[in-house]
Amino acid sequence: MASGTFADSGADLELVGIQKRFPGFTAIEHLDLSIPAGSFFALLGPSGCGKTTTLRLVAGLEEPTAGSILIGGADVTQQKAFQRPVNTVFQSYALFPHMTVLENVAFGLRRRKIADPVGKAHEALRLVELDHLAARKPQQLSGGQQQRVALARAIVNKPALLLLDEPLGALDLKLRRQMQLELKTIQEEVGLTFLHVTHDQEEAMTMADTIAVMNKGRIEQMGAPELLYELPKTAFVANFLGQSNLFTGPVIGSTSTSITVDIAGHRVLVPADRAHRHAGEVTIGVRPEKMWLHRKAPVEAADRNVMGPGRVIDVSFSGVSTQYLVAVPYIGTLIVFAQNMAFGPVADVGDEVWLDWHVEHGFGLEDEPVPGAGPRFAADTDTRSIAAQRRESLVTELEEA
Amino acid sequence: MAFAAFATTTAQADPAPRRRSRVAILLLLPGILYLVLFFLTPLVSLLITSFQAPAEFGDIGQYTYAFNWQNYVDVVTDYWPHIVRSFAFALAATVLALLFSYPLAYFIGVTARRWPLLQSLMLVLVIAPFFISFLLRTLAWKQLLSDESFVVTSLKAVSLLAPDAHLTGTPIAVIFGLTYNFIPFMTLPLYTTLERLDLRYLEAASDLYAHPFEVFRKVTIPLSMPGIVAGTLLTFIPAAGDYVNASRDFLGGPDSQMIGNVIEANFLVLLNYPAAAALSIILMSVILVIVGIYVKRAGTEELL
Repeated sequence: MASGTFADSGADLELVGIQKRFPGFTAIEHLDLSIPAGSFFALLGPSGCGKTTTLRLVAGLEEPTAGSILIGGADVTQQKAFQRPVNTVFQSYALFPHMTVLENVAFGLRRRKIADPVGKAHEALRLVELDHLAARKPQQLSGGQQQRVALARAIVNKPALLLLDEPLGALDLKLRRQMQLELKTIQEEVGLTFLHVTHDQEEAMTMADTIAVMNKGRIEQMGAPELLYELPKTAFVANFLGQSNLFTGPVIGSTSTSITVDIAGHRVLVPADRAHRHAGEVTIGVRPEKMWLHRKAPVEAADRNVMGPGRVIDVSFSGVSTQYLVAVPYIGTLIVFAQNMAFGPVADVGDEVWLDWHVEHGFGLEDEPVPGAGPRFAADTDTRSIAAQRRESLVTELEEA
Repeated sequence: MAFAAFATTTAQADPAPRRRSRVAILLLLPGILYLVLFFLTPLVSLLITSFQAPAEFGDIGQYTYAFNWQNYVDVVTDYWPHIVRSFAFALAATVLALLFSYPLAYFIGVTARRWPLLQSLMLVLVIAPFFISFLLRTLAWKQLLSDESFVVTSLKAVSLLAPDAHLTGTPIAVIFGLTYNFIPFMTLPLYTTLERLDLRYLEAASDLYAHPFEVFRKVTIPLSMPGIVAGTLLTFIPAAGDYVNASRDFLGGPDSQMIGNVIEANFLVLLNYPAAAALSIILMSVILVIVGIYVKRAGTEELL
């Protein structure tokens, strides 16, 4: 990149056929990705899915085994990290301990011999409201302040592409929310392209215009947060972005507007335009908050799918809503989120209940149903999902307080 | 009741530290005694000796107590070339050792991190020379650099050395010997700092447009400064006072004598104890001043 000049605006990023192998394992199998200029793009996935490797490839800290990386149309695959018009906010911040906050921020400007590095560094520190701490050393700052310095150090260079490597991971919930807002505001203000890597689905959904969900070195689905949430294409996306009740069964009828699936004797309708597959064994799903809980068998209606009777096996109250686990014979355990409109839960453990949902809330996955998985949602009780649930309940608590 | 509980705890808490400090002094006593006996006493004795005057009608090596500060003037006028030479040799050896050790320590501490076996093997190789007395090793170098040696004959054969030139007895040989003998003292502290170097800082620097040389100069060097300071001090201080390498029995010659050799000669051959003592005091003071300035400039006062 030419010294002494800034990028005029954000640049688009294109990854073409990227593959990355490390001795002993393949981090990225085959990745094609295109991020338009000026967007806030989130790469979302569990740890070990290859998202951080992708970010390091873009930054130039790793070399791809195959494929090419284009920034603003120019091939940068052969360029070293210091030659690329890219800056990173590292997960560990990596603020230089031997320099003051101001010198940390001015570092990139000085390397590129940009006029008035000190003035510009002060300006960037004012943007993150830390100019009064410019003379301190990084280790004298709190975690949140260090994070903002790391952000200032990256954006002061006005990179065509800003990479964020889970930079909010070490912050407590309140600060996290605040920083999410600030980041979003800064991105809109300066108009840079942001590539944000995170495992926090909520963070990705609140901040990004476009999310790519990554799993095992591949992109499972890409799109706007609403689209991904409403119309997940794979079981992984359906369960990683929020929770889902998934069912598998054969398609027994289809019209121009909907398909009918047989789920253990229940006829379930899914809108044809919300189902990716229209024949054979399919997996369909519905979000827990779209489901309704009934103490009596609901009246059959053409626009509603009914399931039940089932038995409530767990009730957990989380302020705004209550989560019910309902065991339905031959189908499995379903999750229902019910808004707390009345005092106390509407059903107790052991109660017999029916569930129903609007036909238009259902979705059909593109996935081949996993043989033997059974007509139920994938058990999702790993520590991550438990932590996510815990955090969700904390969020609601915080919002109420 | 709550107040009563509070009062008793404070009353009890008070005498405890005092008792602990008495124990601390008791535990420190052997150390203090040792320092007084084997450091302070000889130092004072050395200082007194350095001001002694030759005894009237006395034999060679007989001195009386006096305040003869002329001793200092005499040794400086007689031996200033040796003093200057000592510090010049020590400086050269320190710089050479640093230039040799830094890449070595960097390789062991950073590059070889992925191969722990190689790392420990190389560390053993750095320490291995300590298993043989450094006198023997220096003597071995005297043989290796002698006029009939392969090294010298080869150098002469390719005209890198004049036909009538020697290696032993020259400043080059002395500086070489000093460098060789003190390299582990440079390598080990450098290794311990570089081994803990967080490579994410280097990545961050290259992400911020610093090319490899700038990364090294602006980030790696400053972050390894504690190791550099410790290593250079551990090399420079003993090298400045060394009297083995420059000795005529080892690698030195008449024109490469260092202050250590002069002190040795004055103590053991000329029996001029006041001169030797004065030189020792001068050597110590100059080292203290140099080290003080250096540490201050390097910004690592916490080492002192």
